[in-house]
Amino acid sequence: MTLNAWIPVLALMTSMIASLVIFALPEKGYRLRTAVNLGAALLKLGLVVVMVWGVFRGVNYGVSFTMVPGVTFVLKADAFSMMFAGLSAVLWLLTTIYAVGYLEDSPNRSRFFGFFSLCVASTMGIALAGNLFTFFLFYEMLTLSTYPLVVHRGTEKALKAGRTYVIYTLTGGAVLLLAIAWLHGVAGDLPFREGGHFTDSDPDIHRSLTLIFILLVAGLGVKAAIFPLHGWLPQAMVAPAPVSALLHAVAVVKAGAFGIVRVVHDIYGVEASSALGLLEPLAWLAAFTILYASVRALWQVDLKRRLAFSTVSQVSYIILGVSIFGPVAAVGGLVHLLHQGIMKITLFFCAGNYAETLGIHRIDEMDGAGRRMPGTSVAFTIGAFGMIGAPPLAGFITKWTMGSGALAVNMDWVVVVLVTSSLLNAAYFLPVLYRLWFREPEAAWPHERQWGRLETSAWLFWPPLLTAAMTVMVGVLASLPFSPLSWAELIVLREYSP
Amino acid sequence: MTLWLMAGLLFTPLAWAVLTLLMNFTWGRLVTWGGILVQVLVSLGLWLAVSRDGGFYYGLGGWEAPLGIELRVDGLAVTFVLLTAVVASACGWHAGIYIDADKPWHRYFWPLFWFLWSGLNAVWLGGDLFNLYVGLELISLSAVGLVALGGKTGALRASIRYLLAALLGSLAYLLGVALIYGQFGTLSIAGVVFWLGEHPVPAGSSLALALMVAGLALKTALFPLHRWLPPAHGIARSPVSALLSALVVKASFYIAARLWLELGEPLGSMAVAQLVGLLGSAAVVWGSWLACRQQELKQVVAYSSVAQIGYLFLLFPLTYSVSESVTLQAQQGITLQVISHALAKAAMFLAAGNLILSTGSNRVDALTGVSRFLPFSLFSFGLAGVSLMSLPPTGGFAAKWLLLQASLGSGQWWWVLVLLGGGLLSAAYVFRIYRASFLESSETDQFYHPPRSLEIIPMILALLSLGLGLVSAEVLSVMALPFEEEGLP
Repeated sequence: MTLNAWIPVLALMTSMIASLVIFALPEKGYRLRTAVNLGAALLKLGLVVVMVWGVFRGVNYGVSFTMVPGVTFVLKADAFSMMFAGLSAVLWLLTTIYAVGYLEDSPNRSRFFGFFSLCVASTMGIALAGNLFTFFLFYEMLTLSTYPLVVHRGTEKALKAGRTYVIYTLTGGAVLLLAIAWLHGVAGDLPFREGGHFTDSDPDIHRSLTLIFILLVAGLGVKAAIFPLHGWLPQAMVAPAPVSALLHAVAVVKAGAFGIVRVVHDIYGVEASSALGLLEPLAWLAAFTILYASVRALWQVDLKRRLAFSTVSQVSYIILGVSIFGPVAAVGGLVHLLHQGIMKITLFFCAGNYAETLGIHRIDEMDGAGRRMPGTSVAFTIGAFGMIGAPPLAGFITKWTMGSGALAVNMDWVVVVLVTSSLLNAAYFLPVLYRLWFREPEAAWPHERQWGRLETSAWLFWPPLLTAAMTVMVGVLASLPFSPLSWAELIVLREYSP
Repeated sequence: MTLWLMAGLLFTPLAWAVLTLLMNFTWGRLVTWGGILVQVLVSLGLWLAVSRDGGFYYGLGGWEAPLGIELRVDGLAVTFVLLTAVVASACGWHAGIYIDADKPWHRYFWPLFWFLWSGLNAVWLGGDLFNLYVGLELISLSAVGLVALGGKTGALRASIRYLLAALLGSLAYLLGVALIYGQFGTLSIAGVVFWLGEHPVPAGSSLALALMVAGLALKTALFPLHRWLPPAHGIARSPVSALLSALVVKASFYIAARLWLELGEPLGSMAVAQLVGLLGSAAVVWGSWLACRQQELKQVVAYSSVAQIGYLFLLFPLTYSVSESVTLQAQQGITLQVISHALAKAAMFLAAGNLILSTGSNRVDALTGVSRFLPFSLFSFGLAGVSLMSLPPTGGFAAKWLLLQASLGSGQWWWVLVLLGGGLLSAAYVFRIYRASFLESSETDQFYHPPRSLEIIPMILALLSLGLGLVSAEVLSVMALPFEEEGLP
């Protein structure tokens, strides 16, 4: 094997080996564990940067072998996998830094960081999978490695949430497996390929293809939290903040959305999906999820739960984007994969900071927190405005691109959905911002802790500010090469003119 | 050379058995650990020889068919010989540390262990019906003896119950063998197939097949004949439970499967095939359901065996009057299921034994806090659980994938529901254990920490069952080796 074959394997192995090393380290080995964690995260980021550059120049990175008779295990880097891999690598680094601070002095840290790395290894595998079979492998590994993180606190409530999570995701996994096995029976071992495989398919299999598509979307829709399969997500909020941040921004929900995009673009092909009449129902479903979850978010009093419903709503933007048959809207959907990740992780970091520093969990406790924690609150404000879609932030780029893409193909109702959703976003974020900045604080915070010079621990302080800065940068610098937007354009270019 | 290897496989375990019979526990352990090394090398040698040169028939001691001791040494047989060597040596190693030497009757563990191993090899390699019977009896009797060693009240009752079930099964099987001999004048399976190729099917031979399969199903604990299994596997000492669940039930299934694959097409019927598949599915559902309801850790694992055995019987409908590619997929899937379940279940029972040793209790509730203080033992248990849930990348998943393909390929979609639903049901009982272990209550470590060597053994087995999925194509390629049809009657 050449070096190019090894790079994706190495990118996968960095976090997997880190995980094994961490499991083997004693609970008290705090410094060594942090060093292993950060070292692996940096190494992986480096490998991903190398691959991004290579994919841009058209280098092929890949390795494959026959795993079970008739099916191959394929790791391959293409433009779309690099988008997800890049997101995962960058946010893993930041979340690791954050988690080191967040979990200071709490028990079971060895277990936590071990599974945390395993979880990131799974997302890397999902990103680099070259066919549905390999994708499924890592998709299920993700379920298993996130379970211990969700139940990390070991309370009855956490275990109940873990139970719901597992029931939803494993059932989704079973449906997905059925769909993949069926598709394999109908059409054989299909690699992900730009333009898909079914553009001129035999009309005899169209009915099977339609049913398989429904099963695929249902299976993937659980993790992508599409209505009515989103119920696990708000419950999983009992997990520690770094877990919520990663679950929402990168790992779990994105794995589902990523899978749906893979199915539409690289298995069926956007033309074939449209010809089979599959895209329009998907678009309606996504649009409904966007509005429904935004309305539900309005009534949540717990900050993390409100953010959770916001995630449900925002992830469906990605699905809405790819289910509009037109290149510009697709760019909008794909770019949101990154944009939503960066913005949402900012918000969750901030929510974690409020909880850890001041003991704030509910929105009505947040009065005046902006003065006590200005750094965190600025980051939160940027994240929230990004979600609403205020220019020139990340969310604006998404909504603008998607809206103009929808208009270009005469789907005006999408614009109505986008505008309504933005209004709803504003309706559930602006009251929070108002409380943060313009209300007087209550007499005392629920549970305050002091950390010397900064408003909170330095480990917790910098990551949200960095992601907030990124939220601004990806918006302002959207037209530069290697910005998320340009990269999404590259992907769509390869999909629409394979 | 190969002949010496085979003699080594069949007769040296008997020699170890006789030798250890004369010794106390500690000396027996020493001899056994030495013997394990020899057996593993011999098994590996035969496996390598066959994967290089292909399989062959061999009439032992010059006794050729129709009445001789005929051995059938093919890729499948040597794969199982090797599997037995891996699992049995792990259990023997574990037992040497786990079982305390001070009870006088424990010294019988070693001779019984070796009789069992030799019986297993006789079954994997046996080519004629009567010698398979002898191997089967050797296995059953030593297994019953091993259960009775449990020492707790109830062990004796469970073992007597097991003995009765095993004898009844043997009786039905032997009756079938007698009928076959009466009708075909040979006991060699290959001889019967050869005969059927030239003559019409004689009346009553279907009955013979049905009797044999029914007897073997009882020994394999197929629903609704499973009631003897959970008490026996649950009450035995953990290394014994591991041997029983991983290997013993597979031996009778292996004979049933060989009979069905060779004689099912001429002597069986669609109704029988579907009925057996249906019973297997019922076993999956019922076994998993009961596993969810058990309060004792080892009972959970034992009922899980009932469920996992159910999958094996899907071989019957998935190989009856279907295309060759579907038959191949089904055979490969079932073989992988046998191997991965053997590895995972042995790992699980050994890990459960360690957990019971640590917590001092067999109850599921007693696992509270285990995840914090005994992560290593729990991890082995958890990894084995992943294979039982047939999630990727385990061998259980590869098996499920192939069986899914076979079901869809033959249009028998109803087995798809069993395969997928069964996976979810097994997740229900596996996650119940995880859940109990993740609960945080005690702040201090009140657990006994078993020696590292006890903890490492189940981990190795669990990792093997996990890695099996990644190399399953290679493992299966040994089975498909060309077969030298020499020495046929």
